[in-house]
Amino acid sequence: MNNDILSKITQSQLREDHPHFRAGDTVRVHFTVREGEKERIQIFEGVVLGRSGAGIRETFTVRKISNGTGVERIFPVHSPKIAQLELSKIGRVRRAKLYYLRDLSGKAARIRSKRNRKGI
Amino acid sequence: MKGIVGRKVGMTQMFTEDGDRVPVTVVDVASAVVVQKKTTEGKDGYNAIKIGYGLAHKLQKEGMEDKWRLSKPESGVFLAAGIEVPRRHVREVRVDAAELDNYEVGQDLTAETFAPGEYIDATGTSKGSGFTGVMKRHNFRGTKASHGVHEFFRHGGSIGMSAYPARVLPGKKMPGQHGNAKVTVQNLLVYKVLPEENLILVRGSIPGPNGGIVLLRDAAKKSRRLY
Repeated sequence: MNNDILSKITQSQLREDHPHFRAGDTVRVHFTVREGEKERIQIFEGVVLGRSGAGIRETFTVRKISNGTGVERIFPVHSPKIAQLELSKIGRVRRAKLYYLRDLSGKAARIRSKRNRKGI
Repeated sequence: MKGIVGRKVGMTQMFTEDGDRVPVTVVDVASAVVVQKKTTEGKDGYNAIKIGYGLAHKLQKEGMEDKWRLSKPESGVFLAAGIEVPRRHVREVRVDAAELDNYEVGQDLTAETFAPGEYIDATGTSKGSGFTGVMKRHNFRGTKASHGVHEFFRHGGSIGMSAYPARVLPGKKMPGQHGNAKVTVQNLLVYKVLPEENLILVRGSIPGPNGGIVLLRDAAKKSRRLY
């Protein structure tokens, strides 16, 4: 009953405009960055390691290799700061959380891709 | 001083217009009602309002279905006030003499008692942890895990001196009951008010479990916090 109330009041803030994405997919996150007065859009592209949480609290982790160093960023799925979320590659993976990618590099860290996804 | 009694529904988060995340506690105030007014002139000798919350149930026992599941004195207060359904929880809020006229016995208090942007103090009963040791209760460090320490890992160490003073000083932090006590958190921001659902959204956390009874009052101290 409590959860009903909480989900009801956060309902209006949920975003339904993102494409369906899951762990293993490669996404481009257009994120609004505020610098003093100015606002600009920064693109973070990488592999989704996983989604966590539910409802308005849901977040996803994106990992990319930047200048030879692994960089991970966590975004709230429903954040208004995400201007756009592009799905650039659909990955074929067998787990929900791809934390094992952290220990791999180069060729081993590649993920097989799929043309499309069934049932969506 | 204004106040209202409610039930902690739970915590969630909201996004501001700028896109920042704000943690909020949702408080349900659906059945809050003014039960009694106390005045300086009356026999109480001070100004206050008594607030009831939480609709009472009838007894299930055969032949007693028309009786409330409250003691006679408890339900009698509501009878005297002319309130049809007694409330299970009663709290009191001190009120200025001038403000006292704003309240009527039997009047329903709504979520709009508070407006967004106001600062409040929230009082609740904290979650009980039972009888705990000093590490959990007072954040003591315990003892080393190695260097010959044995059977003394989570102890508090010495509790005093020797022949003088030959006693343990008052207020010494020791193991005991932790939690399940009345706790007030000061200067919380009223983030949002939903009058239709009778909900108040308070920024930050409020003591107690979900479903616990909480008392929200105007902030006693002027807030220095900015958000």
